[in-house]
Amino acid sequence: MNATPLANPSSGAHVRSVPGDLPGDLMEVSMGPHHPSTHGVFRMIVTLDGETIVRLKPVFGYLHRNHEKLAENTSYLGSMPYTDRLDYLNSMTNNWAYARAVEQLAGIAVPERAEYVRVILAELTRLLNHTCLAGFLMQDCGCSGTPLMYAFREREKILDLFESLSGSRMMCNYQRFGGCRVDPSAAWLAAAQQLVDGYGPFLDEFEALLTGNEILLARTQGVGRLSAALAINAGVTGPMLRATGVNYDLRKVDGYGVYPRFQFRIPLGEHGDVYDRYMIRILEMRESLAILRQALAGLPAGPIMNPAAKLRGFRPKAGEAYGRIEGPKGEIGFHLVSDGGPNPWRYHVRAPSFINLTILEDLCLGHTVADAVIILGSIDIVLGEVDR
Amino acid sequence: MSDPTPTNPGITDAERDELRRHGILLTGLEELYNWGRSHSVWPLNFGLACCAIEMIAASMAKFDIARFGSEVFRPSPRQADLLIVSGTVTKKMAPQVVRLWNQMPEPKYCIAMGACAISGGPFKQGYNVLKGIDRFIPVDIYIPGCPPRPEALLHGLVQLQEKIRNQAIAGPDAPRHLQAEGNCDCPIPECGAHDIEPAQNDALWPKPPELVRPTKT
Repeated sequence: MNATPLANPSSGAHVRSVPGDLPGDLMEVSMGPHHPSTHGVFRMIVTLDGETIVRLKPVFGYLHRNHEKLAENTSYLGSMPYTDRLDYLNSMTNNWAYARAVEQLAGIAVPERAEYVRVILAELTRLLNHTCLAGFLMQDCGCSGTPLMYAFREREKILDLFESLSGSRMMCNYQRFGGCRVDPSAAWLAAAQQLVDGYGPFLDEFEALLTGNEILLARTQGVGRLSAALAINAGVTGPMLRATGVNYDLRKVDGYGVYPRFQFRIPLGEHGDVYDRYMIRILEMRESLAILRQALAGLPAGPIMNPAAKLRGFRPKAGEAYGRIEGPKGEIGFHLVSDGGPNPWRYHVRAPSFINLTILEDLCLGHTVADAVIILGSIDIVLGEVDR
Repeated sequence: MSDPTPTNPGITDAERDELRRHGILLTGLEELYNWGRSHSVWPLNFGLACCAIEMIAASMAKFDIARFGSEVFRPSPRQADLLIVSGTVTKKMAPQVVRLWNQMPEPKYCIAMGACAISGGPFKQGYNVLKGIDRFIPVDIYIPGCPPRPEALLHGLVQLQEKIRNQAIAGPDAPRHLQAEGNCDCPIPECGAHDIEPAQNDALWPKPPELVRPTKT
């Protein structure tokens, strides 16, 4: 089944017939940029044969906010708040990836306590992201309300922790080059411990509702299969890649920060379908809880900030660096090129949402429109990061 | 104590309160109508960027926008009363936002949520970001913040309800859709050679007065 290429596929019509060589006419439907299931301002131009997708053309750029250009015109530290707004669910991990890039560029050491705090915050962020993803995915499956309400209830607890530490719920702006901005108090750590203790029971409850659910199994198993070869060739990372069975997690591969000190497993999928992607995230949350328990128990005393790190008049010597971490959505990396000035000469974001999204058409071909919605939901995109 | 107005002729607030104590509710048609619609504002289910997450959070259990009658997020603009512009509007997105606004039936209201929707916010210097959605569509409530907390959105909604309750339904103060002129659609901008054209809606965003500099003598 081949759709005839259109003369001007983005002329603005929302539904129109496409002449093809098949007996029935194909139909082109524009989903988005205003569509409740596209997770923001994403547009899919879908060509349908009946209800089956024969072609899908993604259109991005509706949220292109000039992130990289702005960063090249501001100081290194001035870009830190902008990284919060890349993937606005996971500001802490964005901060960490950017701080790592600058630390590699300038050769700044990070105190041990700060590395532990970064791990704690990154794993809390992973909990937050995966919980919200599961809620949104159920919303896309048609279960509007309850799972998302449960997810957001837990999200608020994590956001309360972030707020009491950094002063902001979502846009934390917390990491600095050579450490963290605020030292978490004993009361904060106790609250974090309490949250970690309560999260396992929440996951049990959440899974009891969802994991074995007949409707969820019917909607997600065998839908949107991704092969390991395609995932590797397309540069897909994160839970999307591990759902296909490829054992690749930067926390193990790079062993950055203090991750080698913790005992945790990497959940792997087998089929690479939407259900595997959902299960990988649930299992990763359980491993995140294990990391959190170890990190909270082993948190050393000491400074939170490298006293030699320079905040004002920061000019790293000429060179380039690429800092990457395993974000909740995949490998988030920052490539910086310095010419010795106060601003980066070139600043590039390796956005996992964007690169994972490139395989959308391959996953959707042959499925129905309703399946395209949950396939998109299972890829886990945030448009702030896709369009930057 | 207020003066008698055309909607409650010849009766003061104190007298009305006195009647209410006896179980008699005295009201005008306008007041009743505005009271009803101020508590059933249906927002459009339309998220743009970071602020949309806080908008979703406002509709969830902890903040519960349903307490104010606005939990019915409608996916179609034809069924919505309130457009919450929740996030950065880029030049590529601006025509769609204006088109959505035009598709909403009157009476309709607009909340500019967050710094980006108000003025471009942190991305104002960017080449692709609007310097505020109020250049294209009329905004009723501005909620500052980056992003505003869900409480701030709820406060904005309460302010909007206050505004709705004070609207006239007849006479010279009636809202635009009840005036005789009819069409109040906003012009939809298009991609031009260098910028979107028109760069603003002249009816909403008049050109600033020209600076008159004293000439050197």
